[in-house]
Amino acid sequence: MKRTRSRLLYSIVFAAFAALSLFSCKPKIKDADIEAKIQANTALSHIAATVKEGVVTLSGEAKDEADKASAEAAVKTIEGVKQVVNNLTIAPPPPPPPVLISGDDQLNKGIADALKDFPTVKATAKDSIISVTGETSAANWKKIKIALDGLRPKKVDAKGLKIK
Amino acid sequence: MALQDKYRQLIDTAQSSGVQNLQVREQDEVLYIDGEAPSGAVKDELWNIYGQIDPNFLSGDVVMNINVATAAPGSRVKVVTEKSNLNIRKGPGTDQPIVGKAAHHEIITLVSKSNDQWWLVRTDDGEEGYAYAQYLAPVE
Repeated sequence: MKRTRSRLLYSIVFAAFAALSLFSCKPKIKDADIEAKIQANTALSHIAATVKEGVVTLSGEAKDEADKASAEAAVKTIEGVKQVVNNLTIAPPPPPPPVLISGDDQLNKGIADALKDFPTVKATAKDSIISVTGETSAANWKKIKIALDGLRPKKVDAKGLKIK
Repeated sequence: MALQDKYRQLIDTAQSSGVQNLQVREQDEVLYIDGEAPSGAVKDELWNIYGQIDPNFLSGDVVMNINVATAAPGSRVKVVTEKSNLNIRKGPGTDQPIVGKAAHHEIITLVSKSNDQWWLVRTDDGEEGYAYAQYLAPVE
């Protein structure tokens, strides 16, 4: 008699729990569904994501800080995502383009134009290095130097120049 | 990086004074500074700072090429020769025949830029040809 009663009690408790869990839980969103939604977002195509029980871990390289933050924000809006672990790294900036250096022919033509009004100064370009000789005032040399730098030489060597 | 330290003040000023497309690159012990200054005054300031760090620009460790953004095609430019007239030539080069002259301090129109050195200009009298850009300053 006692055993029957306790068995009945167990079944009631079990039924209550079953009912409770049936009504209280929302339909569970599968990790695969979240993953599919991330993959469908073209703005996230450069990012890798793994999903486990609603926790999304982002990995890979973001273009910059803003890209890293916006990827996280986009994933957070997906239904069923409980948490985002943002392991994205920032891509290093692209290397600067190489310095543009003019050839000797172009430099020598430019030198002739630049020095036309400064007959006491001579300059020639060899291996894209402009060597300056002669003598002039500091003010004129500044003007010449501005003009020569604008020709895109490798270097302007004025060791042979005398400043009056 | 040693050169960037030596010319730190120059680089910082270029960065803080609104120089566009600023590129500071060190290569074979020469520091290359390129960019577009928002005004002629900023360009002048940068050259002054460069001259303070390296008096008379004699170290040969910097090549600085700063253009002025306001010198855009269609804008007005002033002839800033020492005192003489500015030659206007048929083509871009001192080997080209002179087709006209612009007076000292005359204000003329910048038509287009053939390159950084030679600009196609037109005077108010209708003379058109190439003038050496260093003698032209944007009217700001």
